[in-house]
Amino acid sequence: MNIAVCIKQVPDTAEVRIDPKTNTMVREGVPAIVNPDDLHAVEAAVRLKERFGGRVTILTMGPPQADKSLRRALSLGADDAVLISDKAFAAADTFATTYVLALAVNKLQAERGPVDLVFCGKQALDGDTGQVGPGLARRLGLPVLSYVTGIRSVDPAGREIVVERKLDGWREVLQSRLPALITVGKELNEVRYASLPDMLRAAEYRLVTWTAADLGADPNSVGLRGSPTKVSRSFTPPSRRGGVRLIPGGDTDPRRAAAALADVLMAHGVIGGRGEDSPARAATTVRVG
Amino acid sequence: MKTNFPVIVVGAGLAGLAAAYTLARSGVEVLVLERGDVPGAKNLMGGVLYRRPTEEVFPGFAQGAPVERRVTRQSFWLMTGDSAITAGYHGGEWMDEPNAFTVLRARFDPWLAARAEKAGVRIINETTVTELIVEGGRVAGVRTSRPRGDLYADVVIIAQGVNRLLLEQAGLAPPLEPREVAVAVKEVIALPRETIESRFNLEPGEGATIEMLGQATRGVVGAGFLYTNLDSVSIGVGVLIHQLVETKLNPNTLLEGIKSHPMVRRLIAGGETKEYTAHMIPEGGYRSVPQVYGDGFLVAGDAAMLCNGIHREGSNLAMISGKLAAETVLEARAEGDFSARTLSRYRARLEESFILKDLKKYENTNEFFDHHPEFFRLYPALLNRAAHEMLTVDGVPKKEKQALVWKMVRRSRAPWRVARDLYLAWRTLG
Repeated sequence: MNIAVCIKQVPDTAEVRIDPKTNTMVREGVPAIVNPDDLHAVEAAVRLKERFGGRVTILTMGPPQADKSLRRALSLGADDAVLISDKAFAAADTFATTYVLALAVNKLQAERGPVDLVFCGKQALDGDTGQVGPGLARRLGLPVLSYVTGIRSVDPAGREIVVERKLDGWREVLQSRLPALITVGKELNEVRYASLPDMLRAAEYRLVTWTAADLGADPNSVGLRGSPTKVSRSFTPPSRRGGVRLIPGGDTDPRRAAAALADVLMAHGVIGGRGEDSPARAATTVRVG
Repeated sequence: MKTNFPVIVVGAGLAGLAAAYTLARSGVEVLVLERGDVPGAKNLMGGVLYRRPTEEVFPGFAQGAPVERRVTRQSFWLMTGDSAITAGYHGGEWMDEPNAFTVLRARFDPWLAARAEKAGVRIINETTVTELIVEGGRVAGVRTSRPRGDLYADVVIIAQGVNRLLLEQAGLAPPLEPREVAVAVKEVIALPRETIESRFNLEPGEGATIEMLGQATRGVVGAGFLYTNLDSVSIGVGVLIHQLVETKLNPNTLLEGIKSHPMVRRLIAGGETKEYTAHMIPEGGYRSVPQVYGDGFLVAGDAAMLCNGIHREGSNLAMISGKLAAETVLEARAEGDFSARTLSRYRARLEESFILKDLKKYENTNEFFDHHPEFFRLYPALLNRAAHEMLTVDGVPKKEKQALVWKMVRRSRAPWRVARDLYLAWRTLG
């Protein structure tokens, strides 16, 4: 199977602050990491390659420093990596990004044969839109399987894949033809601890860079010029006040207090009543006292 | 897959990078294994980096390296709870020809590593060397935490830092003793650069260092320190571990004590603590230096106990020892012999350099201060009280004041003992 994985280098938001004066992200001195969901995409692609053979190629659009992220992906067992980098690509929104990535996937196919699967992380830590995967699928004319939490079966000969998605309160099993585009998150797999030979290979790998000219990109469709998104204002939302409610009687009648707590948690959707876990939506902290 | 390298360096700290860089510049293929996410992620240093030794290993580093400030003012405070006798040196010439810079290693080391990589050094991060591979009595390679993680080398340079577990594991060094190691805790406190410059009386770009003795460590052998960075100050304290054990003091208590001292408090007021770190410092001195060479290996930097606590020097010893190790490896390669016989020239190089000469000069220091705690307890207090007495104008004639001071000294310690203490201190440190 030939698989392309699109990854993004993002600032580690665990260490990002918002400048209170300008309301923009302070990126200075913040370490860059591979978007966490994207690592799971790489892992999924490498596992399929290990099962069915073929090649995994990593694509990233970013500045030259993004080579670190490509090497990280290579160390997980990917075969090739391409840096898509050009000053003209700067300040691209998701629309302009998918334009460039689609050109890159097509160039990859022209050079190395058709791609059976394209993997993307479901969303990026910094932009958080979740649009690039579906947008890229649209531009490539591929069916999109988003938020995939499990790959049930792949049939390269029969050109078919069956995946699981986890949605609010239920699971969905989808069957699709190949080629397809899949977006994934951390539920899909556990990212491996790279072997030393793979680390060395990644460190020594000679990266290929594709520029706007290499891709034959239309200058009006890339970067800021190709980005219809206009950010009118960005601001830091006021911090939410977590209300603390005390359920009394925990020391005298714990059984009743626990039942009362469970009622509150269910009412907030923190725990489900149907034996199926649903995502936490609680804005209220409840404490048993 | 390639598993053989001419040289493997364990640790991308200053010693390891210096060794690797020196080798790469001579065209030797060298692989550095670093356990941190990036070089610099695991380090703690007060923050003074000396220019000349750094320049010797990394020529031209000062152009472009992310250093914080040029140190032009070095002070020394002998403290009590609310007072201090201060001394220091303000070197105006150090602005034009820097002697030392303050640095934050989390910024500096990645820069240095990138420079080493450009010179051809291969650095693999997030990879811990778990043991030395010993074959036929010689160190033949390293085993790492990674799957399929064995690598072989003609020679392994061990620059893994103070906690030299590889050496201990292989029986090449005894376990560290609490007497040989200090623990340092440090906070980086953010302050606007103009505030720093006005509080420390500095021109833009100038930096100050303050070393603190006496109450700063509550009489325990050790020292407090305060260094100015560009937009922050590093403040901390380092004390010998065995003394902490004996006095049941917590290093954090000492640091809080320093921070709330009236003279320090005003320097850091309004700052926001950005980092809190703790680390060991190898303070064993000359007699604790382990075997630094053997068949197939060399040891550099903190792992070899190369640290001069009296002069707060460590990074320069690390870098120069790394360079000397690299030069020895170059000779060994030329002769095609990596046995202890050839590698022993590294020890000779260390002996000939300032590194072991300085450590030898101070070899009795730890033992001396262990037996003379009065230098950290009694004398700072006495000197402060004497200064207070002499400088307080209250109508008492100076002659009577002098008599009062002498009486105070005599009551605390017999004059012959004071004379003996001073003589012995001169013999030990002089």
